[in-house]
Amino acid sequence: MTVADYAFYLFAILLVASGLFTVVARNPVHSVLWLILTFLSASGLFVLLGAEFVAMLLIIVYVGAVMVLFLFVVMMLDVDFAQLRGGMAKFMPFALLIGMVVLIQLGAAFGDWHVAEGSDALRAAVAPDANEIHNTAALGMLMYDDFLMLFQLAGLILLTAMIGAIVLTLRHNPNVKRQNVITQMHRDPAKAMELKDVKSGQGL
Amino acid sequence: MVEFFTTTNLGIALLILGQCLLVLLPLFVALAFLMYGDRKIWAAVQMRKGPNVVGVFGLLQSFADLLKYVVKEVVVPAGADKFVFYLAPMITFVMATIAWVAIPWNDGWVISDLNVAILYIFAISSLEVYGVIMGGWASNSKYPFLGALRSAAQMISYEVSIGLIIIGVIISSGSMNFGDIVAAQDGRFGLFSWYWIPHFPMVVLFFVSALAETNRPPFDLPEAESELVAGYQVEYSSTPFLLFMMGELMAVVLMCALITLMFFGGWLSPVPGIPDGIFWMIAKMGFFFFIFSMVKAITPRYRYDQLMRIGWKVFLPLSLGWVVLVAFFAQFGAFGGSYARWAIGG
Repeated sequence: MTVADYAFYLFAILLVASGLFTVVARNPVHSVLWLILTFLSASGLFVLLGAEFVAMLLIIVYVGAVMVLFLFVVMMLDVDFAQLRGGMAKFMPFALLIGMVVLIQLGAAFGDWHVAEGSDALRAAVAPDANEIHNTAALGMLMYDDFLMLFQLAGLILLTAMIGAIVLTLRHNPNVKRQNVITQMHRDPAKAMELKDVKSGQGL
Repeated sequence: MVEFFTTTNLGIALLILGQCLLVLLPLFVALAFLMYGDRKIWAAVQMRKGPNVVGVFGLLQSFADLLKYVVKEVVVPAGADKFVFYLAPMITFVMATIAWVAIPWNDGWVISDLNVAILYIFAISSLEVYGVIMGGWASNSKYPFLGALRSAAQMISYEVSIGLIIIGVIISSGSMNFGDIVAAQDGRFGLFSWYWIPHFPMVVLFFVSALAETNRPPFDLPEAESELVAGYQVEYSSTPFLLFMMGELMAVVLMCALITLMFFGGWLSPVPGIPDGIFWMIAKMGFFFFIFSMVKAITPRYRYDQLMRIGWKVFLPLSLGWVVLVAFFAQFGAFGGSYARWAIGG
């Protein structure tokens, strides 16, 4: 076994174990922390596959941004832990049933999995030669040169989702006092305060 | 002997361990003196003497503090989540430490010469926020929790602009490897070939974003002592507090290294003819650390809504527009091709 093999088993076991703990952890914040460990292990596996760009993106996007917001929300939830634990036992048989169904489906699909005759050649025709170019440049070529239209369309769909979220949550409440930054910046001491010369013994 | 270190598993492991110690031990010693320097500069601006009792000119102050922190009692709040409480400072410290694996000190002097080094640094620095959030939550106390919430929103906001500024540099140099990025800045004009001239507005933006990302004043709202006592650090004492402090300071030094490598030519000498070398890298990092401490000494703290406004309404559009602009300049070779110095490909 080489170092890479040991690393693979380390990351794979960590991935499965932390995925399991994400589900069974009693405290939702602990669940999120286990989920973060899951993402980190997955990015470790990507590095072992030689896809370091994807690995770094996984960490930056999911762990560095999405999970922070997730943790942010979960930390502020007021959750009754005892109630959650009761629900766990109640829904366990149902969850097991769904798990079994999915497992059987996957088994049925992949048990009879055949690779078509010319598919390797088709895949190789699209992907640049791995020996000549490293995977960041290869991904860039594919996304920005070969499949630009699809990439732009995906971006457009995300933009639509973003605009939709903003439109749904934007409320103009006339009763809220707002800060006008421009006026705040143009305020000077002469306008903001008045100096009075107080004569001793007289007061204002 | 050489074969043992390059072919056998044990040899390679020992070699990597040796390299890591070679980077980390000088770094930790430097950190002690940077801490001292930080306090001295701060004191000088306020016309105080600063630490001057332990050792000559107080040079050993940081070591005395270290000893004090280590021998003190660790106090854990009664309602704290013990595991996460101890995990948080370790995460801050470990994340700040492992980022140094990809920082080159001289041409080829790097522990791991990653293809995606700059993304790796960015990913690791985006993980540093977890130490703060977890510490604030696990303390189970009001002020730490408020500090953690502030820090989560703040660090996310400024990561966006840092990421976009980094993309501008990547477009200009055509690589994410620090060696290539520095090599792309090597030119006939020494100091004036570096990226700080073509990317000038972004140097300022990156510096300010780095201040916010590392929770340094004037953006130290997560630990604003006048509002939140000490934010997420309130319940920490002894060694865990020390780890938080060292992790924060190391993140600051890392940002100094990033500015040096991306905009100020890393180990290249500013005057053509003088040899390049590691001392240039260290001198430039020291200079930026000086600016970091000067900013701490001379600026008042921002209000939280001002901080968010600058991050999202000023820095994000500016850096996004700059990425588009740089992409055009690089594609059409504007300004004598100073935006398109691709080390590879093209």
